[in-house]
Amino acid sequence: MPSSTSRPMFKPAACGLLGLAAWLLSGCAAPPPAAAIRHEAPAATLSRADAAWLQRLTFGIDSASLQSFRQLGRERFLEAQLGLRGAVLPAPVAAQVDAMEVAHLDVRVTLAAVGAERQRINGLAADDDREAARKLLNEQGNRLSYEAVRRDLLRAVYSPAQLQERMVFFWLNHFSVYHQKAELRWLVGDYEEHAIRPHALGHFRDLVLASLEHPAMLQYLDNRQNRAAHTNENYARELLELHTLGVDGGYSQQDVQQLARILTGVGVNAGDAPHLRRELQGQYIRRGAFEFNPGQHDYGDKLLLGHTIRGRGFDEVREAVDLIVRQRACAHFVSTAIARQFVADNPPPALVERMTQTFLQSDGDIVAVLRTMFLSHELDAAAPKFKDPQQFVISAVRFAYDGRPISNLRPLYRWLGELGEAPYGRLTPDGYAATEIAWASSGQMSRRFEIARAIGSGNAGLFDAEDGGKAGGGGFPQLSNRLYFDTLEPLLSAQTRGVLDKATSQQEWNLLLLSSPEFNYE
Amino acid sequence: MNRHQGRADLRTRRDVLTLGGAVLAATGLCGRLFAAPAAGPRLLVAFLRGGYDCANLLVPYSSSFYYESRPTIAIAAPDATSTTGALALDADWALHPAVRDSVGGLYLQRQAAFIPFAGTDDLSRSHFETQDSIEMGQPKNAAHDYRSGFLGRLSTVLQGAAVDAAPIAFTEALPLSFAGATTVPNLSLKRAGKAPFDDRQVQLLSDLYAGQHLQSEVASGLELRQVVAQEVAQEMQEASRAAITTKGFELEAERMGRLMRDRYRIGFIDVGGWDTHVGEGGSQGALATNLASLGKGLQAFAQSLDAEWRNTVVVVVSEFGRTFRENGNRGTDHGHGSVYWILGGGINGGRIVGQQQRVSRATLFQDRDFPVLNDYRAVFGGLFRSMWGLSAKQSGQIFPQVEPAGLGLI
Repeated sequence: MPSSTSRPMFKPAACGLLGLAAWLLSGCAAPPPAAAIRHEAPAATLSRADAAWLQRLTFGIDSASLQSFRQLGRERFLEAQLGLRGAVLPAPVAAQVDAMEVAHLDVRVTLAAVGAERQRINGLAADDDREAARKLLNEQGNRLSYEAVRRDLLRAVYSPAQLQERMVFFWLNHFSVYHQKAELRWLVGDYEEHAIRPHALGHFRDLVLASLEHPAMLQYLDNRQNRAAHTNENYARELLELHTLGVDGGYSQQDVQQLARILTGVGVNAGDAPHLRRELQGQYIRRGAFEFNPGQHDYGDKLLLGHTIRGRGFDEVREAVDLIVRQRACAHFVSTAIARQFVADNPPPALVERMTQTFLQSDGDIVAVLRTMFLSHELDAAAPKFKDPQQFVISAVRFAYDGRPISNLRPLYRWLGELGEAPYGRLTPDGYAATEIAWASSGQMSRRFEIARAIGSGNAGLFDAEDGGKAGGGGFPQLSNRLYFDTLEPLLSAQTRGVLDKATSQQEWNLLLLSSPEFNYE
Repeated sequence: MNRHQGRADLRTRRDVLTLGGAVLAATGLCGRLFAAPAAGPRLLVAFLRGGYDCANLLVPYSSSFYYESRPTIAIAAPDATSTTGALALDADWALHPAVRDSVGGLYLQRQAAFIPFAGTDDLSRSHFETQDSIEMGQPKNAAHDYRSGFLGRLSTVLQGAAVDAAPIAFTEALPLSFAGATTVPNLSLKRAGKAPFDDRQVQLLSDLYAGQHLQSEVASGLELRQVVAQEVAQEMQEASRAAITTKGFELEAERMGRLMRDRYRIGFIDVGGWDTHVGEGGSQGALATNLASLGKGLQAFAQSLDAEWRNTVVVVVSEFGRTFRENGNRGTDHGHGSVYWILGGGINGGRIVGQQQRVSRATLFQDRDFPVLNDYRAVFGGLFRSMWGLSAKQSGQIFPQVEPAGLGLI
């Protein structure tokens, strides 16, 4: 238990009898100690600049990342993070992930089964049977979609490859999909694992193609319905506007229509291959549930961004993606998005320009672009950045439990929903904003404090079983731990210290610390 | 918990809240939230995110081209003998059956009007670009300032003239429309519960940010949370007497109505789910379900305002209309001109207003969409001018370079 052996972090002198009474009334298992002993701050607490740098590269500092940083220093720590792929999770966490259904799922088989079940349900005669079967199917979808979230959150909290995990979140948001549409609840886990994750620290072009070929994206933005003479522009438009060039990236409505034509026939099929004329059969492509159906493709020539693309099948798509991702506008748009997430709401133009150059020279190598950013003087000079809800919640859990595996992720998912940033929960394809103005309104601040209280009180049930079974192991977290004194405490203003001194219980102190400006900015 | 115990709890909570008010007043955090409403207009802007298909809301049933363009999703022409089909509003336009009883009822009482061919000069056909440009409400040729929204400027102009503006956004996040105003409280009423903090904790949390960048957000957020907890407590008490309980958007709208009746003058709400590229449906289906929920909500909003409904104007907008022809998936794609709705207990409604054209292939914009004949800034500018008696200078501060449109609704 995190609390039973520790002393309160509020100063006894500041609490007096009132504090003692509140402490006793709080019903907490931990007795007030006769004398509070603070950890002695070590000689080398993290400098303000290093703390900010490490916060941004991770989902918040924990003891493991702090230790690694101290051993390696900035450049070697960064190189280690840029090189880490699929780092080993702590055994209990790895076991949780491995036990998930979503970790062993074949998309094609799953989609076929869901389709067959829907057909069966529609054929059922009795309304009650139909309703019951629908409910079961929905429950399966919800379970799989939640498993995907749970796995993402577990990795974010516990993976040593923190930068990779941050980039997985970043790209999932850049190529955002919404789990409640079509069959996406069955697909988001695979989308993360097989489209986004392998390329999160790879090449941008591969990310675009991997998302383009994933049933989740093709269902979400309707491209599976995009056919010759029946075009649907939805995906083509967002591919240019949100994924690659940006709305001011120099393309026209004409380009959107031409790209939509290029994307005709790119779709999803979990069933039998279509019957095709013999001359088209060699053009047919199928990987998993992804399908390129030449029978639905518009074989005319297209004019995209001033280049003629000769009509010839799926190679048009590859040519178009190559053309798009090599535009300067794309390098600039993507660099700006990354810098906005990690550096500042309005990233310094000079830094974005250098990242753009790196992007262009390295043919969209994400590692190279990140290196340029994380070693820049602009990052050190940047003002503290307001944590978005994902960063706030995950960093609070990392800070409060510091590597101790939690078993129930539902509270985290609920908090992210309440704060408006649930994974796979963005209805519109623009993804969540990375800027303070999107997250620091009056309503969001008070909601955030409620969640700070839930984390600080230890009553959230993070150590219960996922199915709702109470497991004990509760008690509130000890936030005035070694990590606090090494990293956060030196940064606190006199004002924040003054407020913390007025806390009348450990839980309240936790609430105030997690609500403080110093914790909410990084 | 039995009913008796429930009431006892509520009473205790209210006592605490009264105390909360006193503490807040003493620390200067109170201000407008607790101010008694003076006479004056109220405004609610409802933004339908996703570009709703206006041609199936306000159906141009006299146009054969409409029926040719929408073989599977068109709404059948009104039939005078039917009480469930589309409602004929005049010789050319009919209202979708899903809102026949709600918004149609208001229209027949002259408390609703529609402005077809309304929208923006933004031609990106991008949801986000167009939503942003509407919410900013700035001239097209000027550089965009993301720190200034049109409701923010309205609030500022009114406050500058010492008129009670009391803005609120019923959304989880603050919409761009309100950018630039002094702190606007926001809170989604979808989930509202009891007050999370006691007064001492409210004070401590506010102290953390005193004198800092987020000071007013923190203080007003905590304060509004207490106010809403009080409203919800009252609602629960009333619900325990009435048998019928409302849910979803209707409940949310009812809460909005009560809060606006008692405390606020300029409100904003988002309603999502209108991006019907696939399987839009006709008289029934996805769009119909969404329209029905919206209509019922707006009706509930009107009712819960009581007598204040006469002083209230609701404007329903969306970023663009959709393609006039249905696409290959029984849906519609991003278009241009939209239909705005104006509702209010005191408006001169029961009319289709603004510049109009016959609906035919020849009058489509780019052979694809409804054209825009009524610029949204002129429409809003005209409404604001009549509602608050703004001068030309004040109107110009809200919508520069725009001549407000006189639609004779107020």
